[in-house]
Amino acid sequence: MSLPTQQAGSATNRIRGVAGRPGRRARRNAILGQQPLGLLFSAPYVVYILAVLAFPLGYAVYISFHSYFFTAPGVAVDRPFVGFDNYVTILTDPAVLQSFANIGVFLIINVPLTVVLSLVLANALNRVSRLKTFFRVSYYVPYVTASVAVIGVWLFLFQQGGLVNSLLGPLAPNPSWLTNSWLAMPTVALYVTWKQLGFFILLYLASLQNIPEELYESSAIDGANKWSQFWNITVPGVRPASVLVTLLATITGANLFTEPYLLTGGGGPDGASTSPVFLMYQKGILQGHPDVAAALGVVLVIGVLLIALIQKRLVGGKEE
Amino acid sequence: MLNETTPSGATEQAAVPTLAKGRRSQTEKRRSLGIGSFLLLALGAFVFLFPFYYMFIGSLQTSPDTSVAGAFPKPGNLTGSNYANINGSINLLTGLVNSGIFTGGVILCTVVFGLLVGYALAQMHFRGRGVVFGMMLLVQMIPFQLLLIPLYIMIVRNYGLADNYVGIILPFAINSTAVFVFRQYFMQLPSTLFEAARIDGASELRILWQIAIPLVRPAIVTAILLTFIGPWNEFLWPFLVTKEASMQPLAVSLANYISNIAATAANPFGAILAGACVLAAPAVILFIFFQRQFISSDFGSSVKG
Repeated sequence: MSLPTQQAGSATNRIRGVAGRPGRRARRNAILGQQPLGLLFSAPYVVYILAVLAFPLGYAVYISFHSYFFTAPGVAVDRPFVGFDNYVTILTDPAVLQSFANIGVFLIINVPLTVVLSLVLANALNRVSRLKTFFRVSYYVPYVTASVAVIGVWLFLFQQGGLVNSLLGPLAPNPSWLTNSWLAMPTVALYVTWKQLGFFILLYLASLQNIPEELYESSAIDGANKWSQFWNITVPGVRPASVLVTLLATITGANLFTEPYLLTGGGGPDGASTSPVFLMYQKGILQGHPDVAAALGVVLVIGVLLIALIQKRLVGGKEE
Repeated sequence: MLNETTPSGATEQAAVPTLAKGRRSQTEKRRSLGIGSFLLLALGAFVFLFPFYYMFIGSLQTSPDTSVAGAFPKPGNLTGSNYANINGSINLLTGLVNSGIFTGGVILCTVVFGLLVGYALAQMHFRGRGVVFGMMLLVQMIPFQLLLIPLYIMIVRNYGLADNYVGIILPFAINSTAVFVFRQYFMQLPSTLFEAARIDGASELRILWQIAIPLVRPAIVTAILLTFIGPWNEFLWPFLVTKEASMQPLAVSLANYISNIAATAANPFGAILAGACVLAAPAVILFIFFQRQFISSDFGSSVKG
């Protein structure tokens, strides 16, 4: 590459430009910027985004409005426009409606539990001096471990004769947690809360650093106790983080696939823990209806956006 | 970190409340932690760590013992045969190698292309920079479930990349969060440094390689850790694109074992837990070893404002 000479040229040019004699380089700078090479540096990333993320996004919407099926590569077939037919199919399917209700149950348990537990633990972790590193690492170990691996041990713990039921003795639910149609989804929600909590604790820890220490000091002088400090300084202080945590927890919930697939053996019992993404896999790939599955994906994303907007209003408070 | 004095220092200061130290002791009062909070943290640590301990103990049991006593190792009930059994059903080494290639490919693409675009976004002036930056932020909002079906059609059906490393890596190739981390670190370097190097006639690639990258080494470690979690633990996508056992990452082959084969094994849980230990160990060891590089300040930029 002849980059060195080129760059040296551009440097002298800039100096000349300052002196008031704009050359060809300077004119090029006006169009492409001072370091047009930046375009080249960004090119791989931009191409990647367009090809692997932006194009499929549009393609998903296209598929959802057409009658689409799998064909061998290169075979041209007619894929007629069918309007909202796929959406009607989705929204009148009781299994789909059940999966949305399941996600609703999941979010009602998972999101508040995640916000409260991660804030309380992050707040305590922020003030502890002994064993701080040990606590921090032990909290994020589940987050960095493969879900497939920890699901193995949860299956072992929560099976009919598992350790959890041994501890509970006569209080053990029958049928057991993951095969009980009332408890399957709450158990999945509990599992995901446990798995993801470490990440949210890290988010809150970062946010806690932004609260000025003086606020605690002056409120202590005014006689505020720890509880009122937590409620009146910490909670409002980490509000931006709370917005982010609720949003990310909701997105994680909407993406649920591995847990219903493995933990409850394919969304069992009797569909009590199916998730929309699991149905997308089942309908789109196993049963060969990608058009219906794409429509389900679009509906799911719109649903998540609506929930996120409502949450932002509720959690974000008055500042907007 | 923020807390330099020990709790004993705090009591000494409280005992001698001069004006200057009085302020300090107020801080210490809030900073010092009640026994209740400490117990809460300890309980939390137990809840988070116990399943991992139980995973390891369970993987060594000859016959699964689900009683409370079974949570403690018993000399008569210990065996390594579960590891041999799971290795007989799914080839652990092949799985680990495939997971490694998948994760390594993603990390390589993220570091190479991410450093380039991160540097360009932070320290170069070019037309369209704002568009690229906006794109990077927006991309992180795109939910993967929406891309699932079109990506499957494109990669598996149209390009025939099923059971191919390229097909597995492609949707994850460049982690936008890592790009964001790179940009943030490059932004913190003084731009005069780069102006001077340019006037001295250094090419942009040379500036990046010899000046910028050596200054942001911690960012590279952080970005590698952040990126590692995704592909090493990913299940759904490699599950969709790999049907041949010889191409499956360990997470996929272990999941197939759990859902299909385990029912026929003599001690299914022992084998599952042995496989789980092998899958979990690299991530757990990596994050314990590099825990300093994975701290809250790296997330700071995303929660400010």
